[in-house]
Amino acid sequence: MYPEELKYTEDHEWVRVEDGKAYVGVTHYAQEQLGDIVFVELPDLDEEFEMGDTFGVVESVKTVSDLFMPLSGKVVEINEDLEDSPEVVNEDPHGAGWIIAIELSDKSQLDQLMDSETYKKTLE
Amino acid sequence: MTRKTPLYDWHVELGGKVVDFAGYKLPVQFDGIIEEHKAVRNGVGIFDVSHMGEFEFKGPQALEAVQKLIANNAARLKVNQILYTPMCYPDGGVVDDFLVYRLGEARFLFVVNAANQDKDWEWVQENTGEFDVQITNQSLATGQLALQGPRAQELLQKVYDHNLEEIKFFWGNSEGRIAGQECLVSRTGYTGEDGFEIYAPNDGIVTIFEAIWEAGKEFDLQPCGLGARDTLRFEAGLPLYGHELGPKINPLEARLKIFVDLEKDDFIGRDALLEVAEKGVERRIAGIEMKDKGIPRQGYPVEVNGEEVGFVTSGTYSPTLEKNMGIVMVKKEFAKAGSKLDIRIRKRLLGAEVVKIPFYKRR
Repeated sequence: MYPEELKYTEDHEWVRVEDGKAYVGVTHYAQEQLGDIVFVELPDLDEEFEMGDTFGVVESVKTVSDLFMPLSGKVVEINEDLEDSPEVVNEDPHGAGWIIAIELSDKSQLDQLMDSETYKKTLE
Repeated sequence: MTRKTPLYDWHVELGGKVVDFAGYKLPVQFDGIIEEHKAVRNGVGIFDVSHMGEFEFKGPQALEAVQKLIANNAARLKVNQILYTPMCYPDGGVVDDFLVYRLGEARFLFVVNAANQDKDWEWVQENTGEFDVQITNQSLATGQLALQGPRAQELLQKVYDHNLEEIKFFWGNSEGRIAGQECLVSRTGYTGEDGFEIYAPNDGIVTIFEAIWEAGKEFDLQPCGLGARDTLRFEAGLPLYGHELGPKINPLEARLKIFVDLEKDDFIGRDALLEVAEKGVERRIAGIEMKDKGIPRQGYPVEVNGEEVGFVTSGTYSPTLEKNMGIVMVKKEFAKAGSKLDIRIRKRLLGAEVVKIPFYKRR
């Protein structure tokens, strides 16, 4: 359920480092807790954030939840498909439901994230 | 202290996501709010609404006591008939809004919001001392189910031993039985669909639920939580206390004029509401459809040309319309259909247009 090649945060987000970029999304657990996702508010391209900053919002029918930067960096891609199909976050949270990709400003921050085993333990 | 309803074990059994709501442990959803919502619009869904409060009024002056408390007119109710009413403070603000059942010539039942039941109970006690009436709080002993949707009658008839055709909209019946259990069945609900609400003592409600659940298999009966209850009432334009109604919102602002009988002899709040009616309201409830991408939520400011003209009272994604919709309280001049409004959603100002309420009407 929680792929080993991903890194995880306490805020139930995941990070996948690929081609020098870090893709960011919410975990299966997060989407399950949220329920039907009906809106994702994305940041603008080139916006820069510090680790822990709010970069967007994910809304289910009943709830509004902030998205937090798992790492510091600049937004280099946004998943525009989510504007019309936010439900993809429910359907494929660790894949097609990615939210943004960032260019990391401090790669050493990756060490602060959890691996799949550790994250799974936090859910128990 | 958080209470469990008599059906708590069933919520867990059916996979409900249980949350604390108004002092009760209740399911917010079972299979997803949108799925549950659509089941009620197209088939049939069942809700545990045992958290609702029930006050019974009995005695020679039951009618007089009820009439003093509520803004609508209970004198025009025949036995077994039901009305919806606001209950007001002297300044016209709303204590609560609820259904009143006339169970006998001198016997009435208020079915009040769970979140307000303690406050309501105090209010009722404080304001009925002069009447020869006995008022009992049956909230903890009474369970309630709502069976809602176009197939609700067909399903309920399988287990109900009286003819449901005879129970018209906003009428009830206490004579029929379900699985041998005494119950009060009324054609009422909070979804905008046809359907029934069923009241019984706590033990009885479990037996009744189990009978309906069993019979419901061939109807794909959907267990529904608080989430779908809210989206369904929202589309149907039904107010929710704490959103469209409250101590600082009067019923005329909330578009509930037809539930306020200003011709009636005195009731609490009448003088204030007469004054509002004469002068006209300064603001009122209106529906909006978002034109830009975003979901209006309670408390977000509403602006026109940079000036704040009101606030959002409720808002969500409408599963039936597949659009982001809202209910707002705005200055009267901006409440007309077609008015362009801006909703401040976090850092952004997003366009919306006033549309008619309700957003959804069953055919």
